[in-house]
Amino acid sequence: MIAVYLLLFIPLAGMVVLSMWGDRPNAERFNIRCNIAALAASVWLAIDVLWNGPQLSAGKLLYIDSYNVYLIALTAFVGLTTSVFSGPYMNHEREIGRLTPRRLKLYHTMYQGFMLAMYLVLTTNNMGVMWVAMEGATLATVLLVSLYRTPESVEAAWKYFILCGVGIAQALFGTVLLYFAAEQKLGVGGDALLWTVLHDNAGQLEPAILGLAFVFLLVGYGTKIGLVPLHNWLPDAHSEGPTPMSAILSGLLLNDALYAVVRCKILVDGSLGNHLAGHLMMGFGLLSFLVASLFLHRQTDIKRLFSYSSIEHMGLMTYAFGVGSPWATFAALFHMTTHSLTKSAIFVTVGHAAQLAGTQRMDKIRGLILTQPSIGWGLAVGTVAIAGFPPFGVFASEFLVLVATMHDYPWLTPLLLLGVGLAFAGLFRHIQPMVYGDVPEGQKPIHANLWPVMLHLALVLWLGLAIPSFLGNWFSQATQLISGALPQ
Amino acid sequence: MSITDLDLYSQAILLLAGLIALTSFLMLGQSRLVRLVFIFAVQGCLLAGATAMAAGVLNYPHLYISAGLSLLLKGIVIPLLLHRLIHRMGLHREMDTIDHPARLMMGGTALVVFSYYVSLPIVQHSTLVTLNAIAVSLAVVLLGMLLMISRRQAVAHVVGFMSIENGLFFAAVVSTYGMPMVVELGVAFDVLVAAVVFGVFFFQIRASIDSLNVDRLSKLTEVER
Amino acid sequence: MDWILAILETLLFIGAAPLLAGWTKRVKCRLQNRKPPSLLQPYRDLLKLYRKQPILPHPASWIFRAAPYVVFAATVLTAAFVPLVAVNLPTAKIADVIVLVGFFALARTFLVLAGMDIGTAFGGMGSSREMTIASLAEPAMLMAVFTLAMSAHTTNLSQAMNYVLDTGLVLRPSFVFALGGLMLVAVAETGRIPVDNPATHLELTMIHEAMILEYSGRWLALIEWASQIKLMLYGVLIANIFFPWGIARDFSPESIGIGVGMIALKLALLAILLVLSETAFAKMRIFRVQEYLSFAYLLSVLGLLSHIILEAARVHH
Repeated sequence: MIAVYLLLFIPLAGMVVLSMWGDRPNAERFNIRCNIAALAASVWLAIDVLWNGPQLSAGKLLYIDSYNVYLIALTAFVGLTTSVFSGPYMNHEREIGRLTPRRLKLYHTMYQGFMLAMYLVLTTNNMGVMWVAMEGATLATVLLVSLYRTPESVEAAWKYFILCGVGIAQALFGTVLLYFAAEQKLGVGGDALLWTVLHDNAGQLEPAILGLAFVFLLVGYGTKIGLVPLHNWLPDAHSEGPTPMSAILSGLLLNDALYAVVRCKILVDGSLGNHLAGHLMMGFGLLSFLVASLFLHRQTDIKRLFSYSSIEHMGLMTYAFGVGSPWATFAALFHMTTHSLTKSAIFVTVGHAAQLAGTQRMDKIRGLILTQPSIGWGLAVGTVAIAGFPPFGVFASEFLVLVATMHDYPWLTPLLLLGVGLAFAGLFRHIQPMVYGDVPEGQKPIHANLWPVMLHLALVLWLGLAIPSFLGNWFSQATQLISGALPQ
Repeated sequence: MSITDLDLYSQAILLLAGLIALTSFLMLGQSRLVRLVFIFAVQGCLLAGATAMAAGVLNYPHLYISAGLSLLLKGIVIPLLLHRLIHRMGLHREMDTIDHPARLMMGGTALVVFSYYVSLPIVQHSTLVTLNAIAVSLAVVLLGMLLMISRRQAVAHVVGFMSIENGLFFAAVVSTYGMPMVVELGVAFDVLVAAVVFGVFFFQIRASIDSLNVDRLSKLTEVER
Repeated sequence: MDWILAILETLLFIGAAPLLAGWTKRVKCRLQNRKPPSLLQPYRDLLKLYRKQPILPHPASWIFRAAPYVVFAATVLTAAFVPLVAVNLPTAKIADVIVLVGFFALARTFLVLAGMDIGTAFGGMGSSREMTIASLAEPAMLMAVFTLAMSAHTTNLSQAMNYVLDTGLVLRPSFVFALGGLMLVAVAETGRIPVDNPATHLELTMIHEAMILEYSGRWLALIEWASQIKLMLYGVLIANIFFPWGIARDFSPESIGIGVGMIALKLALLAILLVLSETAFAKMRIFRVQEYLSFAYLLSVLGLLSHIILEAARVHH
């Protein structure tokens, strides 16, 4: 009970404090402490839920079950490690004059604002509040994308704001339809938008309306996930904003948007009793997966490259949730975790690599391993992990998706394999010369904090070798909630 | 049920729905920014009027709060904010060119028909005649998108964005008589913050491309630079 | 008996048309702080013109001579079946609102041909402009009419008015849009500001006046009278379709008396509205007329759509 309030209160308080003193030299340390506290609260919450089962609090407004509690812990963890990386990174940016203290204050305030919005998306039980928090996350990050005030970054931020704003408006329309369908059966009152209430009564809700509502919800939240063809904002926002923000966008925001879609899918499946929602998700997911794999090949900017890789992986997860069998769902949950950890580690390394080379253009970044081996190895290992090589966790989760597909939709397997192969080639043709090429003249090592990278990659390696029992237990419980059965 | 069986207030809600759709069309055809903002304000006021009317018909006091909020935000505060920005940036004489206005209007009409078609399954499950207006609300959302697509001025994009929000609000009013208060307040807060952020953006965009013509924001492309 | 009433009503219609024109001019003068002419001035003008000898331009063919009569006859016939003070008259059953549009088109065609017949530059220019406007106004008008027809399930004017009277006051979005569309069309079709200015003979802007520049004497009188009737026709259409209250539904002297009084009041008010808008707006450039008329068309289409979307009866489930 208290843990969940703490979880929401800590970033709120952090936001208020940082909005006043966010430009002081020790602001970054305060930012880290806030995230440590939030992580502690989330672990407390996780243990609580693991022992005592799902809990409702704050007048049914907050709901924690096995599905969101692990995402909360993941969010808190990635939020913490990214903030650890952001300290020296942002200092470097300030030293080279790309940032002023005022903008640094904005950055720190919005970092906590974004974390608050993410926790609210995950913990709320009210579908309307979920929308509000999701829009809040856009508002918190949009000014961070244009933090450097270059024409490119302003353009990227404008695109991000307009596309996501318009996209997410569709989700609100879907939410209104959901509420309408519920009110028809449950009567007028505030409870009709609560997820738990909707879930309990899903069977009675009018299928035609829920089907329509899901289309709007998928398009709306799908814009945030970065599903093709609604993905245009994503590479721009990732490449032009400060790197810590790219890490939390890829590692957290996309996940949480997918979380919202899956919550909606559970309701719609309960009402429709057919596979409409799943098929829609499979279609969008597979399209994103394949298109993004192809786009990997023609990138010139290193952060754009990895943002397309994010689209690719989000597409794969959406597809797996769409398949909907227990194994596929388990794989999707697992993939969410491994992708989050790996991708945020990669963005941290990429940030350092770009600072080292003084550019984000891949044809100018060369000889990382000779200049600073830790960054070079970090990038190489991270890329190996994200491309789905054994023994890393991404391999395990992608393999599970493949197995689930072969079981239910064998004719789709070649497409998946094709996508994986394309993505692998697309990543390595760019990464190999950057890591091993000749060192340009005058390239010097920089001050870098790489332990978040090491920690993330070690975790992903561990997950690839064996899933710890408490995590497996979580995934199984969440799988049962989403797909209605345990993976056999 | 048909419109002749309704009381005058419900008829008035439907009439206001029609007028709200009309304001969307007027915005689509309006090339002067100041007038565009003015029509947007009118739409906000009509929306507040429809909400207040619904509150009266159903005796839902909390809808009066929503009506007041939307009058304040969409009828007064945001239009004033935009108006002042337009004057401060010296855009009040600027004309946004509209290519093919006739085609644009035809497209708009087609969108109205499309929304009608989409909302048919919703409407069939209720005997509530005012629910007919949900097609109009969807049309307002889509027309707002069309407005954003057809314009180059950042201000016009913001007006389109906000009128999409109007359409969503209207959908909530006619289909469910408003969302729960906590959601309503949250959405209003988001809209207000969005308006402020838009204001910040105007200055950033102008500082970077020396105009508010977002067509000139074209540095980021998929092809090699 | 009914037929006698119908003929009397028609005579009243064409007899009162110059009076409406006079009233309009008077109100306008008042608004512009000028000394108004007498209400009966249009009658005197018509009489004066009628007494004068018409002059036939040298290259004129039979069309030029026939046009005034055709125009006047078509307009009077239209006036005959538009209910003025009473519904259910036998003349109203003869024709519906589509015939009305057809008669207007017939009159216009002859006027346009006559304008071109003499071969002067102004005549041709006026004719071309008139046709441009008409081709845009007519669809808008028909759309507005169809909107009404969909609610009333008839295109007959008398029955439509009966329907509106029977259902009482209903705030129909479609009627509001159709009313707006019809008013805009009426302004364009009767050649008023902002589309055309009946009081000007400035060569660059005139439309209607350019076509009839070569007419004189009784021919001109007929054409002037016809256009006064046309103005009144639009006024009566708007007044009686959208606000039919007060029109006589039986033929007792009291109700006919009320009908006459009410239509006079409604027309007087509409004339004031027209004058107010003419004073508030400036005449627009001819190239902007198409924008104006496409707005009228848009209103009519929205009327049609809002009838289907907002007002449709729904089956219970």
